[in-house]
Amino acid sequence: MLRFLTRRLAGALMVLALVAVLVFLLTRLASGDPVALLLGDQATAADIARVRAEYGLDRPLGTQFLLWLAQVAQGNLGDSLFLQRPVTQALLERAEPTLFLAGFAVLVAALIGIPCGTAAAVWRGHWADQLLSGVAMLGASVPSFWLGLLFMQFFAVKLGWFPASGYGDPDTPLLERLHHLVLPALVLGLLNSALIIRFTRASVLDILSEDYVRTARAKGLPERSILLHHVLRNALVPIVTILGLTLALMIGGAVVTETVFNLPGVGNLVVRAVLRRDYPVIQGTLLVIAAVYVLINLGVDLLYTVVDPRIRLEAK
Amino acid sequence: MNKSLENLRPRLEVRSLSTSFGTPEGRIQSVADVSFEIPAGQTLALVGESGSGKSVTSLSLMGLHARSARPEVAGEAWFVRRDGQRVNLLALPETEMRRLRGNEVAMVFQEPMTSLNPVLTVGEQIAESVRLHKGLDRRAALARAREMLDWVEIPAAAQRLGEYPHQLSGGMRQRVMIALAMACEPSLLIADEPTTALDVTIQAQILALMGRLQKQTGMTLLFVTHNLGVVAQYADHVAVMYAGRIVESAPVQDLFRAPSHPYTQGLLACLPGMARRQAERAGGADTALLPTGPAGRHRLVAIPGQVSSPLAPPPGCAFGPRCGHREAACELTMPELRALSGQRQSRCILSNHEVTA
Amino acid sequence: MTTLQAMGRPVPAWRTVLERLFRRRVVLVATVLLGWVVAVAAVWPALSSADPSAIDISARLHPPSSAHWAGTDELGRDVWLRIVHGARFSLLIGSVTAAGAVVLGTLLGLLAGYFKRLDAPLMRLVDAMMSFPDILLGIALVAILGPSLWNVVLALVIVYTPRVARVVRAATLVLRELLFIDAARALGVRTPWILWRHILPNLASPILVQLTFIFAYAILCEAGLSFLGVGVPPEIPTWGTMIAGSIDYADRALWVILYPGLAIVFTALSLQVLGDGVRDLLDPKLRKAA
Repeated sequence: MLRFLTRRLAGALMVLALVAVLVFLLTRLASGDPVALLLGDQATAADIARVRAEYGLDRPLGTQFLLWLAQVAQGNLGDSLFLQRPVTQALLERAEPTLFLAGFAVLVAALIGIPCGTAAAVWRGHWADQLLSGVAMLGASVPSFWLGLLFMQFFAVKLGWFPASGYGDPDTPLLERLHHLVLPALVLGLLNSALIIRFTRASVLDILSEDYVRTARAKGLPERSILLHHVLRNALVPIVTILGLTLALMIGGAVVTETVFNLPGVGNLVVRAVLRRDYPVIQGTLLVIAAVYVLINLGVDLLYTVVDPRIRLEAK
Repeated sequence: MNKSLENLRPRLEVRSLSTSFGTPEGRIQSVADVSFEIPAGQTLALVGESGSGKSVTSLSLMGLHARSARPEVAGEAWFVRRDGQRVNLLALPETEMRRLRGNEVAMVFQEPMTSLNPVLTVGEQIAESVRLHKGLDRRAALARAREMLDWVEIPAAAQRLGEYPHQLSGGMRQRVMIALAMACEPSLLIADEPTTALDVTIQAQILALMGRLQKQTGMTLLFVTHNLGVVAQYADHVAVMYAGRIVESAPVQDLFRAPSHPYTQGLLACLPGMARRQAERAGGADTALLPTGPAGRHRLVAIPGQVSSPLAPPPGCAFGPRCGHREAACELTMPELRALSGQRQSRCILSNHEVTA
Repeated sequence: MTTLQAMGRPVPAWRTVLERLFRRRVVLVATVLLGWVVAVAAVWPALSSADPSAIDISARLHPPSSAHWAGTDELGRDVWLRIVHGARFSLLIGSVTAAGAVVLGTLLGLLAGYFKRLDAPLMRLVDAMMSFPDILLGIALVAILGPSLWNVVLALVIVYTPRVARVVRAATLVLRELLFIDAARALGVRTPWILWRHILPNLASPILVQLTFIFAYAILCEAGLSFLGVGVPPEIPTWGTMIAGSIDYADRALWVILYPGLAIVFTALSLQVLGDGVRDLLDPKLRKAA
């Protein structure tokens, strides 16, 4: 068991290392020469050279990478070129709307996806199954910004139930700020529920064909009882892991929705940074986003071994 | 009703059970015209090779086929309930059937490793059945579960109650399955190859346990197996299945002593040493005709050919293509299951004559 | 039994495949719809001389009518015509991305699945790439490569290759263990030949499934990138740039974004239904892998 744990941990560390390299390379390649942009047209070659040395950009790439890693290991993600603050601070400021948005969206996706997916599995082959599976595929075919725009037009502009955009400022009370998130969370949640429906359906179908479900039926248990106590308890584990990974991916991946609804979130931060070649922000944010994903992935794998004793046995 | 009369009625009387499944290639007849009866308190062994339809028969009786397989079950299965009422299992509405399952009719399956829910404790799984059918509360149900574990001879039963299936060995899990099945004192137990997936030594233990339990409770047992050794030791009556039909049925001693259907004869001949003993019993002279290998030892006998596909059954008798006694009439129609003397039945035109022991 | 079988004639393999694929009506409908989209995109511009970029300020933001089936946008351009012309670009981007991702991903997946020593490093790389949300990776790559049609395609190919690699690797792992591969090796067949003749053909099903899904994802991702302004340059009329360009007028003239979006939805949906249908056809051995 311990060997399994250390193996998984080592694997995750290797992936993280690769992620760091990828992030560094991507950022440097994408940023081109940020100093020239920063200093503007009036800068002389000498100015540029001086500023580059200041930022340590004249050192070889490999050294820069290691220096950056050392910095990150100490918790310092560097300072933004344009935002006049450390990257970490910028991230933390942006974290609230993104995390709440991702959290709500995953909640919506789960509340819609799990019951619908279970229903589709139980009534497999029935028209209800076809309908639900079709709806799931529809959800995966809709561009998020389009749905966001439509929702905005209908629910915010026309009906006036929700604010059309923005997030309020730090002074507005939390509830009002969260009110801004309802519409975008609905959009993201609806679209992601497609994946959850499909996954739940597959997971439940798998379990329904297991021998112990047949044993439960042989005991004379009513179908509802079997679903709740036997099927879902086993099916939920993989479903929860998918929900966790979806949440992780939404942290940067909700950039489109954030842009539509003008939310000051993490995705927005990255896009602006890319456009302005603010490489410390790009580097730091991408690293955090990917690292969160890798860590959640690892956590979810480990959760599996704890919850499902059979995997523990196989791992040995 | 007079107790002794009641005991004379068969606990289970199956008449012309037929089951077919819907597949993309069309409807496949898995089991056809299966009829047998089991007197109360006795054991009927349902014997046959893989694919003969014996598992399908037991699942049909319990109504446990997957809906996605689009099963169609025809025929009658008359079961005498605890209160004396006689019901047709195949015609019961699902809610009624659920009241019987796990309660008066129970089933033990083949794969103990996967037949228990991995995330529930052993005690909970047994208690679930008892709570459902006997209405006991949680504590009482767990106490009963503990009793059952003791009864199936699992050591340290109290501790086992809180353990998970993966913590037990295959043999233990099968004991748990038996405990589960018997928790509500069913009058009919269907055991579908309960020992096939276990080690040989464990097999003997489990079989002995089941034999003991049966004697203690007087329950009726339908035992599905392909192992003739088991049949010889534990069954009262035997029904042999081939290609979805019963081809022979007889009291166990009679079957082994003088099988009347060529398939049964072939099955028994396959047992090492049986062929020689059969030939000797039949008159001795034939032993010279038995196949021998180098060093003059008798070779193992095998039934030539293979079971035909259910999608393309041969006309006439299903065993015909492989039968050494085949005649022209065998290819015309499927022979009827004919009653012979002494509670024997055979589906072969050759068994018109009496079979002498 | 199919009619041909009933007649006792030998059935050509592709006919059985098509019959099984279209056993569900939905799949047939989706394929027809898809074919229609492709046909319209290919044929309409050739047949009609109407110019989709014809600016007519007097006809700004007219709602759908018989003259303009999907209305006009803020420059008076016919939205339907733009959708039809835009279809070419969107479909082009989708198909080339899918093809590219499939080719690269299959190569990676084959190598990782067949050669144990390559498995770990390649899969770590795949894992690392898949730790980024698709769209962020796309944004970063387009920023590196510069915004042009083909750079967007290249970026999307890189984004979706890992997905294909994973699926192909899983399928290869399954196939590698099958007896006929052992048999081939025992006969002394060379590895490249085994890969090409024995494994690759059996990968056809999962590859086809991935092809259709990535086609759909690419269209959606490109639309997102264009919407953010980091995708295809706005002069090129993909469905994404159409919506991005007309955003400000959505409140007065919903049709300028409604119809291009519907085009995306229909196409992506048809592709996914088709992909699902192909998946149902899958070799049962590989079903779990895909």
